[in-house]
Amino acid sequence: MKRWLPLAFLGVALAAAGADFDYRLSAERVADDVHVFVGKTEDFTPANGGNIVNTGFIVAPGGIVVIDSGPSRRYGEQMRRAIAAVDGRPLALVINTHHHPDHFLGNQAYADVPLAALPGTIEGIASDGNAFAENLYRLTGDWMAGTEVVVPKQALAGDRQEIAGRRLRLLALDGHTGADLAIYDEASGVLFTGDLGFFGRAPTTPHADVNRWLAALDTLEAITREPGFRAVVPGHGPVARDAAPLRQTRAWLNWLQMALRRSAESGLDMNETMAQPLPAEFAGLPVAASEYRRSVGHLFPAVEREALGAPR
Amino acid sequence: MNPMTGLAAIFLAALLTVRPALAGQEDVDPLGSARWGDMRYLFPEQATLRFDSRVRVLAPEVAENPMQVPVTVDASELGPVSEVMVCADFNPIVEVLRFYPQAAPAWLGFRIKLQQSSPVRAAARTADGVWHVGGAWVTTVGGGCTAPSAKAAAPDWQARLNQVSGRQWESGAQAGRVRLRIEHPMDTGLVAGIPAFHLEQVELLADGRSLMRLQLHEPVSENPVFTLKRGAAEGPVEVRGHDNNGNAFQARIAP
Repeated sequence: MKRWLPLAFLGVALAAAGADFDYRLSAERVADDVHVFVGKTEDFTPANGGNIVNTGFIVAPGGIVVIDSGPSRRYGEQMRRAIAAVDGRPLALVINTHHHPDHFLGNQAYADVPLAALPGTIEGIASDGNAFAENLYRLTGDWMAGTEVVVPKQALAGDRQEIAGRRLRLLALDGHTGADLAIYDEASGVLFTGDLGFFGRAPTTPHADVNRWLAALDTLEAITREPGFRAVVPGHGPVARDAAPLRQTRAWLNWLQMALRRSAESGLDMNETMAQPLPAEFAGLPVAASEYRRSVGHLFPAVEREALGAPR
Repeated sequence: MNPMTGLAAIFLAALLTVRPALAGQEDVDPLGSARWGDMRYLFPEQATLRFDSRVRVLAPEVAENPMQVPVTVDASELGPVSEVMVCADFNPIVEVLRFYPQAAPAWLGFRIKLQQSSPVRAAARTADGVWHVGGAWVTTVGGGCTAPSAKAAAPDWQARLNQVSGRQWESGAQAGRVRLRIEHPMDTGLVAGIPAFHLEQVELLADGRSLMRLQLHEPVSENPVFTLKRGAAEGPVEVRGHDNNGNAFQARIAP
C-alpha cells in the first residue's frame, strides 16, 4: 500500500492542475501588425492559472512592442513563444500598463528586453509586487511555479512617441490604480485601455478612485471618436470595434457609486450593503456578484464616512 | 484500529477532557472548529451553553480585507438579552467585544480584524443565565491583527483622536437606526514597537436612559463604526466612552 501512496498523490496533483500548465495562448489579429491574447472573463482559479487578462503586441518596423506580460513566468514564456510564431523580429520593448499582478508577473520571460511603465506603476510593482505574487500562488497554485517579480526600469511619460519606428500615443491616466497607462497605436487605430476598460466582466476596484477613473474614460472615449479609430482592446474581455467596453465600464462605475451612496444615505451597514441585489442590467455580467461585494469592501468606508457627516 | 476510528477516539477524548461537568449540555459545534474546546473557557465555569440559530451572525463568507471584516449580530429574537460576547476562534486575541443591550435591542453592526480564516461567534446571555451561541465562518487571507493601523503611519491622527461622527435615521426603512464612527487607531499591541491602544468603553444614552453599553477589545477595526437600533427612545443620542489610556470623549448625535 505504502509505495503506491506517492503515485496516488501525484495523480491528485495532476488532476487538480488540469494537467500540463499550457495556457494554450493563440494570438488574435486585431489589425495589421496588432495582435491580442484574450483571457477568460473569470476570477483567478487553479483551473485557469490566472489567464484572465488580455495581453498584446504590436509588430513595429524596428521590433515588437509587448503590452503586459501576464500572470506568471509560465504565461510570459508561452506568450513569448506565441509572439515568435507570428513574427520573428526581435522584441523592442515590454510595457506594463499598471501594477496589478496579472499584468506584470510574466516579466521574467522578457528579462533581456527593456521593461517600461509609468513611474507610479514602477513604484507599485517594487513595493507590492511580492505580496501580489504570493496571493496569486494562493489563488492559482502550481501555475505560478518559479514566478518572481521583475520591476521595470524604464520610466514612461504620457506623450506621443516613436517606439521601434511606430508612432504610439501613451496616455498617462489613473483611476483604476494610481497609475494607468493606455496606449493608442495611431497607425492601426487600436486603443489598448489596460484595466481602465473591462468588457463582459465586472470591473475590479482594489485601488480605484472612481471619479478619476470616470475622467480617464472620458479621455479614452474621445479617442474612439477620432477618424482613424478601429478597435478597443480592454484589459479584460473581448476586443470591440467601438467604445462599448468604455461605456460598459462607465455604466458599472456610475451605478456602483450611486448604489453605495444610496445605501450609506439610507443607513445600511457594510454587510447589508453587500447583500443588496444587483440590478438586472448587471446581474448576468460574469463575476458581477463577487466583484460588487469586493468593491463594497474597498469603497464603502469612504462613502459611509461622508454620509455620517463631520465629527461633532 | 483504522485511522478514522482513531481520530474519532482522539476527538471524543478531547471533548471529554473539556469541562466534564457540562457533558450532556453541549451540542456539537455546528461550525466544526478545532478551537471550540478552548473557547469554552471564555465562559464562567458553570455556564450553560447552547448553539442557537436564533443568534444570527452576518459576515461575508470571503473577506478580502482582514483589517475591516463587517459583522452584524442579531440576537433580538431571543427576547431580553443581558449581554452578548463576540469572539473569533483563531484570532490571537479571541475576544472582540461585549455589548450590553439596555433600551436598545440585541442588535449591533461593527467591523473586526481577523488574523486568519476563523469562525466569528456571538454568545447571547438571556435572563435565565443560558448563553445562546451563533456564528459564521469567514475565509480571509489574514494578517489583520499584526498589521499596523493606517494611523500608526499618519502624522496627524492625534488631532482627531476620539472624534465621533454619527447620524440617526428618523424615517424610511431604517427608521430608529443610529450609526456612529469613532476616530481611533485601535492598535492591537501585536505589532513591534506599537503598544496596545484601543477603545475600552462606549455607552449610548437617550433621554437619560442607557441604550447600550459596549466593552471593546483590540480586534475591533481601526476607526470603529457601529450600527444599532435605538428602540423606543427618542431625541438626541449621547455617546460617551474612553480608551485604555484614559482618553475620555463625549458627543451628541442629533435626531
